[in-house]
Amino acid sequence: MGLKIIDLGLVDFNEAWAKQRELFKDVLAGSPDNALLICRHLPVITLGRSAKKINILVSLEKLRSKGIAVYEVSRGGDVTYHGPGQLTVYPILNLNLFRKDIHWFLRLLEGWIISYLTEFGITGERINGLTGVWVGKSKLASIGISVKNWITLHGFSINIKNDDLKNFSLIKPCGMDIMMTSVESESAKTISMELAKARLISSLGVRLPLYF
Amino acid sequence: MAKIILPELSEGIHKATVSYWYFKTGEKVAEKDDLVELVTDKASFNLPSPCSGTLSEIIAPEGTTVKPGDILGAIED
Repeated sequence: MGLKIIDLGLVDFNEAWAKQRELFKDVLAGSPDNALLICRHLPVITLGRSAKKINILVSLEKLRSKGIAVYEVSRGGDVTYHGPGQLTVYPILNLNLFRKDIHWFLRLLEGWIISYLTEFGITGERINGLTGVWVGKSKLASIGISVKNWITLHGFSINIKNDDLKNFSLIKPCGMDIMMTSVESESAKTISMELAKARLISSLGVRLPLYF
Repeated sequence: MAKIILPELSEGIHKATVSYWYFKTGEKVAEKDDLVELVTDKASFNLPSPCSGTLSEIIAPEGTTVKPGDILGAIED
């Protein structure tokens, strides 16, 4: 059993989704390799299975004029935004080989993110009943997954840059009135996406072998 | 006839909502086909068909909240 880390760079949401499906089919067909896709998305609003369209606060025309695409997707959760100032990670993991437990997997992802944030001197926290990683009352990372045949799809996004945060005002993230924050805000430093990504890969590189 | 029962999902998850049936009643299904999709607040997951046959009954239609052990539907040989 191995783990492939694949960096897709800056991509459209659908391109990353196609790659997820391809890797999912490989794992379903018996490939021993699990995978982590790391990417940045062109601006997009996605609606999960529990999403209410009322949680998009502006018209589709306005979103189009800002160059923001809107897609309905098969993950759990409500509405969220993805942009180039976030690192988005899609773990395609075969939970049959680990633990067939969705709650455990969500807490595992939170643990990875909290550990990563310590590299920037940030203390991320869990809030019971509100999946994601929080700093105080603000959300720094969002999680939404799908599990098919105990193989995982979709994943999590960590807000790195401040620039993208303004686009969260176009929606009611996760259907809730919550403030979003970023690694740049919480560390009070300018952080390049390249540095953020390199640290994510090295951080996961330390934590993931515990499971493989 | 085989009942489609929601299994234990996880220690921390006690209910889920039926979000999508991949088949309509009267349609043929094969064992391990994606049969029904459920969602919790942060995860969606599918339940594969326990056997091959015809989906004879949907007891928990889309939008229904269910808990482990609940019967979602039935498949006849």
